[in-house]
Amino acid sequence: MTRTGPGRMFDASHMPQSALGGAVFDGFARVQEIGPLGMISLRCALDHPACPAAVQAAVGLGLPAQRRIIMDGQRAVGWMSPDELLLILPYADAAAALQRIAAALDGVHHLAVDVSDARAVFRITGPRADQVLTKLCPVDLAALAPDELRRTRAAQVAAAFWREGDGYTLVSFRSVAGYVMGLLSHSAQRGSELG
Amino acid sequence: MRLNCPLCGPRDRREFYYYGSEDYLNRPAEGAAPQAWDDYLHLRDNPAGVTKDLWYHELGCASWLRVTRNTLTHEILATELVADLKREATA
Ligand SMILES: [Zn+2]
Repeated sequence: MTRTGPGRMFDASHMPQSALGGAVFDGFARVQEIGPLGMISLRCALDHPACPAAVQAAVGLGLPAQRRIIMDGQRAVGWMSPDELLLILPYADAAAALQRIAAALDGVHHLAVDVSDARAVFRITGPRADQVLTKLCPVDLAALAPDELRRTRAAQVAAAFWREGDGYTLVSFRSVAGYVMGLLSHSAQRGSELG
Repeated sequence: MRLNCPLCGPRDRREFYYYGSEDYLNRPAEGAAPQAWDDYLHLRDNPAGVTKDLWYHELGCASWLRVTRNTLTHEILATELVADLKREATA
């Protein structure tokens, strides 16, 4: 700890920490815990005329279609349910984005919450990344659209994932981050490739 | 077993939470007789054949579904959003 001023302490624990400190496993695919990412859960009637403006103000993107995710660099908007969107943005931008949402949806029944610290995020990459998820999730990945946000379960816990770059990005609750890292790593063990 | 979620498409049973009979959709009005509440909470048919029950797409789109299925053949005959049923009922 470093004293930064009269009566003020700088404490590294106040800096945002990802769930597992960037844990990595290299198997037949690479598993990496990333983040922290900024994440906002926005719940409102998605067909309300004020909704697109709120999303635009928060992350500069349009509304995704059902079960889809729109990505642009560090920002994304995913369809989670008929009344819920997941907004992704740089961690430091979440607070300001919440203020812009509140302004855009003033008087409109809605809920917007910073869930950045409630989530863990993983990347599963490599030519066989799909096999890691196939073993854990009841999902036909061949039928997954390129821009589909898939909510499902990974073994015993809730998960959501989508294709991104040379693999997948997967989100879970932070409270089960260690379990999910264990699952993904075990599934990616060399020698356990499918086919 | 798969259920065809109207919003998500065909999904594995493990993404759903089973709640019970569709009787739960017909809550007695305030002030209803104790017998009505007793029926609502406890009295269920146990059909050998077509039955309707509530499933929650918990690990998916978080929608409640009414599933019509046949207990003899395991056939799934219909899956509907409870939100749509309620909207139609109040329209
Ligand atoms: Zn669904």
